[in-house]
Amino acid sequence: MSESATLPAPPRFRHLGLTGYAGFLVVAALVVSSLAATAPAPDKLVNGLARLFAPSGLFTQMFPPDFSRIGPISWKLLETLQMAVAGCFLGLIFALPFAILATDRLSPHPVVRTAARAVIALFRTVPDLVWAIIFIIIVGLGPAAGVLAIMVDKIGFAGRFFAEAMEETDPGPQDALRAIGASRLGIIGSAVLPACLPSFTATSLFALEKSVRGSAALGLVGAGGIGVDLKVAFDLFNYDEAFAIILLMLALVVAVEQGSGWIRRKLI
Amino acid sequence: MNAPVSPVRAEAGSTLVEPVLTVSGLTKSFGTAEVLRGLDFALAPGQSTALIGANGSGKSTLLRCLVRLVEPTSGRVRMLGQEVGALSPRALRRFRARVGIVWQKHNLVPRMSALSNVIHGAQARMAGPQVWGQALAPAPVRAEAMACLARVGLADRALARVDSLSGGQSQRVAIARMLMQRPEFILADEPDASLDPQTGQEVMELLLGLVRQDGLSLLVISHRLEHTLAFSDRILGLAQGRIALDQPTREASVPALRRFFDHEAAA
Ligand SMILES: Nc1ncnc2c1ncn2[C@@H]1O[C@H](COP(=O)(O)OP(=O)(O)OP(=O)(O)O)[C@@H](O)[C@H]1O
Ligand SMILES: [Mg+2]
Repeated sequence: MSESATLPAPPRFRHLGLTGYAGFLVVAALVVSSLAATAPAPDKLVNGLARLFAPSGLFTQMFPPDFSRIGPISWKLLETLQMAVAGCFLGLIFALPFAILATDRLSPHPVVRTAARAVIALFRTVPDLVWAIIFIIIVGLGPAAGVLAIMVDKIGFAGRFFAEAMEETDPGPQDALRAIGASRLGIIGSAVLPACLPSFTATSLFALEKSVRGSAALGLVGAGGIGVDLKVAFDLFNYDEAFAIILLMLALVVAVEQGSGWIRRKLI
Repeated sequence: MNAPVSPVRAEAGSTLVEPVLTVSGLTKSFGTAEVLRGLDFALAPGQSTALIGANGSGKSTLLRCLVRLVEPTSGRVRMLGQEVGALSPRALRRFRARVGIVWQKHNLVPRMSALSNVIHGAQARMAGPQVWGQALAPAPVRAEAMACLARVGLADRALARVDSLSGGQSQRVAIARMLMQRPEFILADEPDASLDPQTGQEVMELLLGLVRQDGLSLLVISHRLEHTLAFSDRILGLAQGRIALDQPTREASVPALRRFFDHEAAA
């Protein structure tokens, strides 16, 4: 037998070192100070919750949900779904070129790559409600502003994940095609996109789920969809109708998530 | 035809022919490491040449320098009648289309069919979605790709996804893709390295068949002594960044070859 077989097991934990301990302290200080500064006081929380369930409280008034306006609400729900699908579709279409430009191996120039990454990061960082307000200024109140907001948000979301998928593909087939003189577009079309198809599909379905959730909220600022009705119901203290709207939104989101999960499992 | 640059003796007869590849004073350094230190050799067309050398002796680097996948530090490469170093990016693409390369790894696009992968070879001369996959390809292209697949004995697996094929089958699809290029010169970097001996042998036979039957020229990096002896007309040995051995295969002595193979030397 070789002598390495008789060595004792190594220590469980590596010695941290000065930087290790310092880093640990910094993280701990960050967590503790953040909790102290922003977390709610427990007694306040308990009192608040009790108020919510009191006889005249919000939750009590929500029951039973009022489905009397189910017709108009359903139409607005459909509009919400349509906004999500349209915005998501446009976003995915435009995300692809941005992602290609942001990918190391496919970008024509490092400057272009950095610019594309910056745009994607900006689109992703600014919340979709802010985009909605911007587009309301441009195209006015209504679903068009919502669609554009969802589109920009999706370019940020899908652009990032498309680019990551393309970075992670095996460079071998791409190099082999480059070596026979294939064009950049040919390499993308015949080697990169086919290899990324499962991951692109998964990302697209997640984008759709995210769009449906997002589009329900966009109405709060007037960018179309069911959110307007929710806001109005709250403003008029129609809490039972608000609850009905919330339940229907929940049903839509769950249905879309289940459907997209099912497709994802089928495809991958 | 141009006047012969530096004539070499063709293996079959004693006719003087223009070499298909002429390398002069080729050097390549990575930083301070001199990998190739001045290579000079010429290859006659229609021959199989084995390139041998220990691990890290610069065989792959030499192969890549020939088509400028790696830029040489200095020296000249003349191949298929073209001064490779002087080619513009566009001309280089057209030149590379004429050179088929078989890698150690097959480098096929997974999730696509064998036929689609072979059709990708047509990107050497065509562009656009028509050569991205078999579904969009025009009939003549599909027919030619099927002929290439038949050439490597895989016509019956045309629609099989390549990730469902064995290593040997994949390497043969890669060779079919290379044939789809209509190459005039074949470079092969250990095409048999990741295959079992039997399959590796078959792949080497396939490549030699292209030389014997189609008159293509082949430069193949070999890491097996028996393949070197069985599948080449001429042997070039790399050592210390120079051509340390250059002789017709039938004159080669096995003991002299051994030092170019790590595992043989160790044995
Ligand atoms: N891109 C690179 N950058 C730096 N050094 C490199 C690079 N490519 C190759 N080398 C070095 O050049 C030397 C020759 O490498 P090369 O791959 O050509 O050898 P090889 O003869 O093909 O070896 P093997 O039999 O292992 O395939 C090695 O020392 C390697 O580390
Ligand atoms: Mg090598």
